[in-house]
Amino acid sequence: MTDAHSPHGPDDLPRSGNQQGSIDAVDAVTAPAVEVTDLTVAYGERPVLWDIDLALPAGQLMAILGPNGAGKTTLIKAILGLVTPVAGQILIHGQPYAQQRRLVGYVPQRGSVDWDFPTTVLDVVTMGLYGTLGWLRRPGRREKVQAEAALAKVGMSAFANRQISQLSGGQQQRVFLARALVQDARIYFMDEPFQGVDAKTERAIVALLKELRSQGRTVIVVHHDLQTVPEYFDWAMLLNIRRIACGPVAEVFNDENLRLTYGGRVEFLQRKSQPQPAPPERDEPPVGHYGGHIQP
Amino acid sequence: MTQILIDLVTDYTLRTVALGSAALGLVSGALGCFAVLRRQSLLGDAISHAALPGIVLAFLLTGSKTPLVLVLGAALAGWAAALLVMLVVKTTRIKPDAALGLVLSTFFGFGLLLMSIAQRSAGAAQAGLDRFLFGQAASLVGSDLVTMAVLGGVVLILLLVLWKELKLLAFDPDFLVALGLPVRSLDVLLTTLLVVAIVIGLQTVGVVLMSAMLIAPAAAARQWTDRLGRMVLLAGLFGALSGLCGAVLSSIVPHLPTGPTIVLCVTTLTVVSLLGAPHRGLIAVWLRQQRGRRRLQRDAVLADLYHLAAQHAQPDRAPHSARVLRAMGTPAGLNRTLAHLTGEGLVRRTSDGRWRLTLAGVAAGRRLVTEGPTPADREDRS
Repeated sequence: MTDAHSPHGPDDLPRSGNQQGSIDAVDAVTAPAVEVTDLTVAYGERPVLWDIDLALPAGQLMAILGPNGAGKTTLIKAILGLVTPVAGQILIHGQPYAQQRRLVGYVPQRGSVDWDFPTTVLDVVTMGLYGTLGWLRRPGRREKVQAEAALAKVGMSAFANRQISQLSGGQQQRVFLARALVQDARIYFMDEPFQGVDAKTERAIVALLKELRSQGRTVIVVHHDLQTVPEYFDWAMLLNIRRIACGPVAEVFNDENLRLTYGGRVEFLQRKSQPQPAPPERDEPPVGHYGGHIQP
Repeated sequence: MTQILIDLVTDYTLRTVALGSAALGLVSGALGCFAVLRRQSLLGDAISHAALPGIVLAFLLTGSKTPLVLVLGAALAGWAAALLVMLVVKTTRIKPDAALGLVLSTFFGFGLLLMSIAQRSAGAAQAGLDRFLFGQAASLVGSDLVTMAVLGGVVLILLLVLWKELKLLAFDPDFLVALGLPVRSLDVLLTTLLVVAIVIGLQTVGVVLMSAMLIAPAAAARQWTDRLGRMVLLAGLFGALSGLCGAVLSSIVPHLPTGPTIVLCVTTLTVVSLLGAPHRGLIAVWLRQQRGRRRLQRDAVLADLYHLAAQHAQPDRAPHSARVLRAMGTPAGLNRTLAHLTGEGLVRRTSDGRWRLTLAGVAAGRRLVTEGPTPADREDRS
């Protein structure tokens, strides 16, 4: 099952150098990279995620899609333990997340930190190594080399010693990506990495995502631009508090599911050069009777 | 001047006060950086005000006024207040600033109440407790210094040992969690360090003014550097320097209370830094803006002159009057800009009072029109 969805073969996974020992080869092949069961999250009395299930095979690029307030960021934060779920189980490569933290990399929303913080680009990237570095140890030459390599990968070498407040939005995003790269994780969670970046940076990020996938890594991305979903991603989860659909893009990314996810607002379905020829339904009238599925 | 230096070494009281004030400035300055960067500046204010009931309760319960007992009471109460603020923010819909205000005033009011109870019930034995309100550096003795040095030393050592974790906690706590580091413990630890930094200063500066010793050195230090390490070091130095200056000043000028003087010293430093720091200072920012404005004005006038001259067969022999330039919507300060361009050798004034481009001016104007405005000087900071 897993193999079928992983064109690059799972064989290179156990050798990818970031094994934490707790995973045996069998798990790496059979268990989904991320398995979420019955996840429910509430802020106060209001459920923001309701009974979410997800089983994502390794080596896939998955987009989390949904309107504002659908719980996309919350889903990532719940998996990463940044918000406490009301119910649900989360397995990373077949083991509880708490034991697998080192396998997971994180790219938070760019706006979640103060970019006037007194530190440099290289220093921020090095922060990705703090987890493996351990207590008491300070980043040294080895860590610097690793951080510089990650910066080179995102095309930011020239900015290593720049104070972070001098970066543009796209550069900030690249720095966060570089920080995640040094984590050398097997599963990455990225919260809107394309938000507010220029076309050049977007292309660079997409190339990076595909490179990560070609190394057998799994990447889960909160994404907004529906136009680019078939081009960028293998899997998609359509989310609006509940899971509307989740699976390979070719199977789940269709008008019916998008309508269920976004309600009547389907005017962005101008898919021109897509694998499955979409019927020309730009002027779809609002479909009120679907509204019942969707919480505001 | 030399007499002061001699006194600093030989006069026991001055030496003790100066050392104590410098030590408190060093520790609170360093810790204050983290409070300020985490946008928790007011947490320090709440903690210091909340320490008052702790001090009085510690005295009422033990009957002792030894520094360690009172500091312990202060620390416990300050710590409880900090936790209470976090709890209120977490469990209710009260916003952080309101929660801080609520906890601060409640604890402080309770402290004042306890103080009047102590005054009535304990009589002369409680004398001196009120020095914690506004501080009384002159009351520092050797044993106070030892307490301050030990506690402050522990705080600074822990800060150094956990440097990278605390830095990440201040910059991006979510990422800290994602790395699997114990964010809650680190948060509690940093708050505890803050509490200790505060309580060792209370006897000198007092609960009311203590938060200035946290915020002001950090705000001043941030102006001079873009690195956390240097910022913490500078803030510590600023704090220590202010402590020293305050102690010395109040020993020279009669009836000058030490605590408020220290606070005035540190605010002076902060004002100077806010105004005069090389990159972030208000004066530097203003000058940069002015320079940029003038550069753009110069470019605009040069471009206008070039557009006019380009209509002629010999562009460098085609004078135009200032009125034409004004009509083209040239910005304010035209005369100054023309004088500046003349100084650059790009423009010359003709005998009839009009202006023409020189050959160099024509070339510069063409470059400007084809390549866009002169770029601002690259200001790489490191």
